[in-house]
Amino acid sequence: MSDLNKLGLAEARDALRKGDVTSVELTESCLTAIDDADALNAFVHKTPEIALERAKAADARIKAGDAPSMCGLPIGIKDLFCTKGVPSQAGSKILDGFKPEYESTVSQQLADAGAVMLGKLNMDEFAMGSSNETSTYGNAVSPWRRGNDDAQLTPGGSSGGSASAVAADLCLAATGTDTGGSIRQPAAFVGITGIKPTYGRCSRWGIVAFASSLDQAGPMTKNVRDAAIMLETMCGHDAKDSTSAELAVPNFEAKLTGDIKGKKIGIPKEYRMEGMPAEIEKLWADGAAMLKDAGAEIVDISLPHTKYALPAYYVIAPAEASSNLARYDGVRYGRRAQMAQGDGITEMYEKTRAEGFGHEVQRRVMIGTYVLSAGFYDAYYNRARKVRTLIKKDFEDVFAAGVDAILTPATPSASFGLGEMTEADPVQMYLNDVFTVTVNLAGLPGISIPAGLDKQGLPLGLQLIGRPWDEGDLLNTAYALESAAGFVAKPGKWW
Amino acid sequence: MSIDQSTAAKVAKLARIKVEDDALPALASEFNTILGFIEQLNEVDVDGVEPMVSVEPMRLKRREDVVTDGNQQDKVLANAPDAREGFFAVPKVVE
Repeated sequence: MSDLNKLGLAEARDALRKGDVTSVELTESCLTAIDDADALNAFVHKTPEIALERAKAADARIKAGDAPSMCGLPIGIKDLFCTKGVPSQAGSKILDGFKPEYESTVSQQLADAGAVMLGKLNMDEFAMGSSNETSTYGNAVSPWRRGNDDAQLTPGGSSGGSASAVAADLCLAATGTDTGGSIRQPAAFVGITGIKPTYGRCSRWGIVAFASSLDQAGPMTKNVRDAAIMLETMCGHDAKDSTSAELAVPNFEAKLTGDIKGKKIGIPKEYRMEGMPAEIEKLWADGAAMLKDAGAEIVDISLPHTKYALPAYYVIAPAEASSNLARYDGVRYGRRAQMAQGDGITEMYEKTRAEGFGHEVQRRVMIGTYVLSAGFYDAYYNRARKVRTLIKKDFEDVFAAGVDAILTPATPSASFGLGEMTEADPVQMYLNDVFTVTVNLAGLPGISIPAGLDKQGLPLGLQLIGRPWDEGDLLNTAYALESAAGFVAKPGKWW
Repeated sequence: MSIDQSTAAKVAKLARIKVEDDALPALASEFNTILGFIEQLNEVDVDGVEPMVSVEPMRLKRREDVVTDGNQQDKVLANAPDAREGFFAVPKVVE
């Protein structure tokens, strides 16, 4: 078999078990593709020795008839996950040289299930960004281009390296994390599938914290079946994360029947935004028509507080970030600034954090500090938390009325050029997450799947939002939509 | 509400991030853009609404108060920028 790196998880799993291919062959194919793709700047720490060692172990397990769910499948890990003995910097200069002495629960579960780690993937610094332009490693680049125009495009963010790597077939799948849309927006920008599960499904232990009440890990894959396989491996209760849910994890792949007859799909009128490109409007209408053809009932719904989700997010997420990032003080790990004669500990903190944090991270830490400061806590932080209660209630009301899933566009535009938003004010960049951020605030599962191309030839995604803890049903609806949309486009190789 | 340069300087100090004086006007202006966006929240009637603590109403679990970890000083110090004689080293804190 050739081009093994182009396989998805399910295809590769089946080929491994039939003995048509070995994990070492799969892994070598990916390692070659990675070395050939430095122009994408997706893999920022390569781990070929670990990969080949795990691949050999996986081949031995398969031979012995003891192959767990992801045995021998090569994947990439977002830099936000702590991986033992391997640099884990969260895309930040302040964690220069940090090699954890422990492994995150999610990456450990993947390793236990036999997955092969190829290396660490680029991302926005501390997952703060929507274009992978805030990384200390430099920009990750999308494998997609606008026709023959050679301008570099963003793979989205913050999981930009994961998106670029999966879309360019450098790995079979990758982990991502999603605080306001950081799995779903990049997945939509590069034409792949990404799911953020219900808050509490995946352990957050060992994942560098951004906004703890919003952060969730999830898979970024080439199709919905692969998402089901990998999500099941990543989920599960963990005593080391006090918000981890004590619920059994279903066999998600078994839920993929494609039968959605009688399902009620809500179309929220508040997501029809002024100035939305006609192509996205059409994609959304086409998606609804496909679900209807598959036997679902389409109903108009209202989520009245949608407009306030982004402003609430830009209070709550920076507030939590300012608290979480207080730990980067140049004492226990990472990088300490050079000190001048007579500098005390306060100067050490201030210089270390000024040098180690990039501009966007500094801005968010300071906004968070401000909204939590004496005199403003009630006006900003508590008000935002109350609005969050109302946003969650919007969804509860709709689900109580019998809606099974909600269909929306994944992003308000297709991918844009790297550097094109540099002059814009920060709020313009934040608008990228307008359709995804409500889902984090309400703790719900959301999936983005590729559904079409715009007139420049760039992928566009649709998002489905599901009931809490019902990722199985959500994946099945996504599976039906994927089958109907029949998205098969791939970027032409230029790198 | 508008943030002036002295407020921006105070916030930077609270966040323990060194900001040079000549960077303060631009910083204050960015804060004002973001806070202007956030102030839309004042349009929402939140009377009688509980502030959300956690998306899933849950009591945080407690475990037995026993030692479950420890005896790994080397590992704890392995990533420190300056570790000496089994401790983290920092500039003088107490005069």
